[in-house]
Amino acid sequence: MSDPISPEIFDHLVDLAALKLEEDEADYLRAELNKQLKAIDELAAIPLNEKLPLTSHGVPYTAEIRPRLRADNWISCKNPEDILAQVPQVEESYILVPDIPHEELK
Amino acid sequence: MNLADLPAHQLAALIRKGEASASEALEAAIDRVQAVDGASGALDGDPKDADGVHAFISLSTDRARAQAADVDARMANGELPGPLAGVPFTVKDIFTVKDTHTTAGSRILANFKAPYTATAVSKIEAAGAVILGKVNLDEFTFGSSNESTAFLPSPRNPWDLDRVPGGSSGGSAAAVAAGEGAFSLGTDTAGSVRQPASFCGVVGLKPTYGRVSRYGLIAFASSLDCPGPATRDVTDAALTLNAMAGPDPNDSTAAAVPVSDYTSGLEDGVKGMRIGLSPDYDQITFFNHESGELESQPLPKEIALSVERAADKLSEMGARIVENVPMPQTRYGIPAFFVISRVEAASNLHRYDGVKYGLRSNAKVDDLRELYRQTRAEGFGSQPKLRILMGMYVSAAQYSEQYYQRALRVRSMIRADFDDAFNQDGAHKLDALLTATTPTPAFAHGGLYGDSVLMQYADQFTVPANHAGVPAISLPAGLSQERLPLGIQLIGPDFSEGKLLRIARAYEMATESDAWRSERPKVLADL
Repeated sequence: MSDPISPEIFDHLVDLAALKLEEDEADYLRAELNKQLKAIDELAAIPLNEKLPLTSHGVPYTAEIRPRLRADNWISCKNPEDILAQVPQVEESYILVPDIPHEELK
Repeated sequence: MNLADLPAHQLAALIRKGEASASEALEAAIDRVQAVDGASGALDGDPKDADGVHAFISLSTDRARAQAADVDARMANGELPGPLAGVPFTVKDIFTVKDTHTTAGSRILANFKAPYTATAVSKIEAAGAVILGKVNLDEFTFGSSNESTAFLPSPRNPWDLDRVPGGSSGGSAAAVAAGEGAFSLGTDTAGSVRQPASFCGVVGLKPTYGRVSRYGLIAFASSLDCPGPATRDVTDAALTLNAMAGPDPNDSTAAAVPVSDYTSGLEDGVKGMRIGLSPDYDQITFFNHESGELESQPLPKEIALSVERAADKLSEMGARIVENVPMPQTRYGIPAFFVISRVEAASNLHRYDGVKYGLRSNAKVDDLRELYRQTRAEGFGSQPKLRILMGMYVSAAQYSEQYYQRALRVRSMIRADFDDAFNQDGAHKLDALLTATTPTPAFAHGGLYGDSVLMQYADQFTVPANHAGVPAISLPAGLSQERLPLGIQLIGPDFSEGKLLRIARAYEMATESDAWRSERPKVLADL
């Protein structure tokens, strides 16, 4: 059986993932992805219990234990300079980036 | 008596009584690090260096000395110190600690200094404990051996430096086993506290999902991640959980459940409790490279025996052992994890782009998209890249029904297995399920790394609890013929940490005089 993730599909994923790979690394990663899919394929054979609800995590949060949402109030950031200090390139509180690619709309 | 070898509760008691100072406790831990740790992890470190435990990425001795001096000064002023006052501990380098480097074991965050502190860390510090430093981990917690860290040499197992300490909280478990801090704060997404705890002969606790805040934890799979402690003994697991558990306004998934005193009733025994054994945890699944298929075989004998021995001990103490509890979805834990965790990881990793924080590539680029690609190519190791690519594939519109939606449904079915087992009106009425923690003892350094499927199956007994969200604890349960630690696991219903710790403590007390308990990791032999 051919690999489900062909070189073409793989290249498309790499582009979507905003990655760039050396050839050796690409070969390794594509082989591992196809191996992982074999393990995942076990799931295809399971009869699913459609009655069970899908959940965002394992523990069902009842009304008593669900954390209350905070009031939707505007709060100013106490330390914007600490946050900006993390930015690789900044000028007068603006974050600098190279040209942003864009297409002219017709 | 060396203060570095004491569990946190004994050390804290000595400090409270004035028989030792926080500064003395800290210096003992620092001396131990100097004696056994060797080179700390670094981007240009030697991956082959096997001379030391290599648990640390960064030591914060100045900050720690100031903290310890503050505890001693407060003691001298007659203030009542917190329950962990003066106890040195380590933090997996996946938690933010204000003004210290927080790397996630990745090149892409190597220069990141956190502008805030994680809630779990703040709470432990508020209880008086002193941060000795940040310990190594698999890159972004992606692994079960610690070898995927960008900070080399990767940690080694203190029982045998040619073996891995497990992962992803390998630095945490190795440090605790070697006396480098009394306990460590780790995280568990598929077994990342319990598996290394088992490999290193220490206690590892994964609390119920939402029991401990995830604020300040660099996310892997947000629906599965749980902060939890690696400790020398069960009492320390209770004491540290007391400190870190509870609701948090900064984490909307931290459950609004009051925190019990987990040390209360810890030694009340197991009389009348129902503890289950399941045949579905007697088989191990592995990927056969020759046939290219997944295969099953019985659990290795010495691991199966450690579970049997534990069941016998608990039975002698008055627990009722319930055999043949069906947990039929167990074997689907890893395949479902491959899907759910990768989708969440891919989403969480999109924030690393060279713009807001962390690494920005110095390569000449023409536009922003090229900057993203170049930065991520240089900054991520192969394991994050693998997770991003798989996450994007299985969540793509044309495959989502087949993979992601199906995996979410399997997660609910795994949860239903536990609901049935713990249902007090059901057939089994369990208080806890007893299993092995891992399918093998610690494997050789370099033995599995690179094989992402086999590596993931190291978590096959631990991952079901993450899917179900239920709490679980790994306990030392003897040594293999090769003198490597073996671990057993107890899994309980939601928020039953108190009961789990009680069962764990009963087992610990019943095996207190076993010969293996007096053996120490090889790295401590000459100390």
